[in-house]
Amino acid sequence: MSEEHAHPTVGLYLVIIVTLMALTCATWAIAFVDLGIWNPVVALTIAVIKAVLVILFFMHVRYSSKLTKVTVAAGFFWLLILITLSLLDYISRSWALA
Amino acid sequence: MSTSQSTTTEHHPALVHQFDDMAQQREASTFGMWVFLLTEIMMFGAMFAAYLIYRIMYYPAFVAGSTSISVAWGFTNTLVLLGSSFTMAMAVWSAQKGIRKQQMVWLVLTMILGSVFLGVKAKEYYDKYDECHIPGHFIGKGFNAWGGCEVNNPKLGNIAEEIQARARNAQAKGYKDVVVPSDVAAEQTARQAEIFFSFYFALTGLHAFHMCIGLGLLTWLLIRAAHGQFGPQYYTPMELGGLYWHFVDIVWIFLFPLLYLISRHSGAH
Repeated sequence: MSEEHAHPTVGLYLVIIVTLMALTCATWAIAFVDLGIWNPVVALTIAVIKAVLVILFFMHVRYSSKLTKVTVAAGFFWLLILITLSLLDYISRSWALA
Repeated sequence: MSTSQSTTTEHHPALVHQFDDMAQQREASTFGMWVFLLTEIMMFGAMFAAYLIYRIMYYPAFVAGSTSISVAWGFTNTLVLLGSSFTMAMAVWSAQKGIRKQQMVWLVLTMILGSVFLGVKAKEYYDKYDECHIPGHFIGKGFNAWGGCEVNNPKLGNIAEEIQARARNAQAKGYKDVVVPSDVAAEQTARQAEIFFSFYFALTGLHAFHMCIGLGLLTWLLIRAAHGQFGPQYYTPMELGGLYWHFVDIVWIFLFPLLYLISRHSGAH
């Protein structure tokens, strides 16, 4: 078990929160621009970036043990399987009719 | 990494006997908390997946429903909740440093921001009640495809008209194959928006419920912090409370685009 504890500084927390707020403003502004099918893609990409920032820094995963990192990654990987495979099924059903 | 068997060794009063040292105990607690959070991901994840599937199946109704909720309030609440995550991170930071006063200030700030979030959420729910957007017919005057229950503004939240307007808009943009639905057809589609609102209330309701539990946890942490129980050697409860609070924040980070944003601009269909 490694002796971790290079914990983030107040300065880093401030950088993270300002970035999160800026990304929120960006996603809000972009939602009113018509990008066609790219609107959801952009919105969700920004959401993923925000979530990763919160997980790595606010939740200290970047400074945690390998066990914690693998656990967290496994959880989100499972979520990815659930959503992609389910959606692939439902999206492709109508293709047979076309 | 076991050390000497000496029984006279001084150790921190919070160290329980099955662990070698505080670091190992903290590691085990963090791991356990993450395993719990994974079960939370499974619960919310299943609801997110169901929401996305129904969004594909009833796309025009979901677009109309999604447009009817206030993006301004959703945006405000996102900033409020992100702010509370920052104050929570600072509370954990001051617990690691063992600064008692600061822990309490940051915890109280987090609780205030959390309460503001719930207040805005309550206002949004009330608006939906006013617009007759509560699914079913059990609350208020029930779901009304043609607008609000409010006497002063009967057009408020008119989903059926919104669906017709979108079709007209798409035609004007040059989508020739789009048909403007008749009143009967528009009402039929609008009734499918009840499914959207069911998801809206289920997802934001479960999220708000987690916020309430979070406020309870923060109260408990505030009492322990006030007693000066946390310091560089032992701050695990604060750390785990922080993990929970940030997790609830992450759920909202995804709810905001999925419910409020991604259908704002979709002319065709």
